[in-house]
Amino acid sequence: MEPAFYIAGGVAVLATLLMLTRLNVVHALLYLIVSLLGVGVVFFVLGAPFAAALEAIVYAGAIMVLFLFVVMMLNIGAHAAETEKQWLTRGVWTGPGVLAGILLIEVAYLGRGSYAALGTAAIAPKEVGIALFGPYLIGVELASMLLLAGLVGAYHLGFHEAEKPEIQHDTDTHEGRADTGGDLVLAGTDRSARTP
Amino acid sequence: MSLEVMLNAAGLAFVVGGSRWHQADGQVMFLFILTMAAAEVAVGLALVLRIYHRFKSLDADVLSGMRG
Repeated sequence: MEPAFYIAGGVAVLATLLMLTRLNVVHALLYLIVSLLGVGVVFFVLGAPFAAALEAIVYAGAIMVLFLFVVMMLNIGAHAAETEKQWLTRGVWTGPGVLAGILLIEVAYLGRGSYAALGTAAIAPKEVGIALFGPYLIGVELASMLLLAGLVGAYHLGFHEAEKPEIQHDTDTHEGRADTGGDLVLAGTDRSARTP
Repeated sequence: MSLEVMLNAAGLAFVVGGSRWHQADGQVMFLFILTMAAAEVAVGLALVLRIYHRFKSLDADVLSGMRG
């Protein structure tokens, strides 16, 4: 069980370092997803299967897709197709693919053999649920209020934007938007001279 | 995104602590961190979209509204 822990931890650390050094946002997101999946495997090895499932579903599934949506939304236009074709060259997805493949092999190996947690025994989801709705009931209520506040805040911030006239992106001219290659800092800086 | 990594590290520390002393509290704390990260990401990304639509840029140097 110890080699599995070290392999998953190494994959997570490596993916995080690669994510921090990428200049392209989408490439960094790919590495971040792999890093989160690696941390999920570490949770599983440490005997926290509930946290591992939540890590994979909520973090890598929901939050990262939200990030990806916004990154893609800031890059709409006719040039987006060519840009995405440039993004998805072979060298780009082999790095995250290899790291994710290592994690997949490891999970398959862990699922096949008898599962014993590192250190102490595993904490079942049942215990977590009992603790969550027993002594931590106030925390659950506070978390629900925080989520509601986040929902209302995000809706409010997005609502005023829809009231204004929509900025039409030029679809036929390529001069309007220079190809930024997914660099969020440079995205649309050349348009600052033309006020819509 | 770096904020996500930092929150993830805090969650990992909580889960490791919970595993060491065999308590479910670590995972409960991880759940709370997850909730906070989700709310923070929603608001932050809405702000980013708003800034982009208003200034047509995400360069922090462009976003100087004060005349300094």
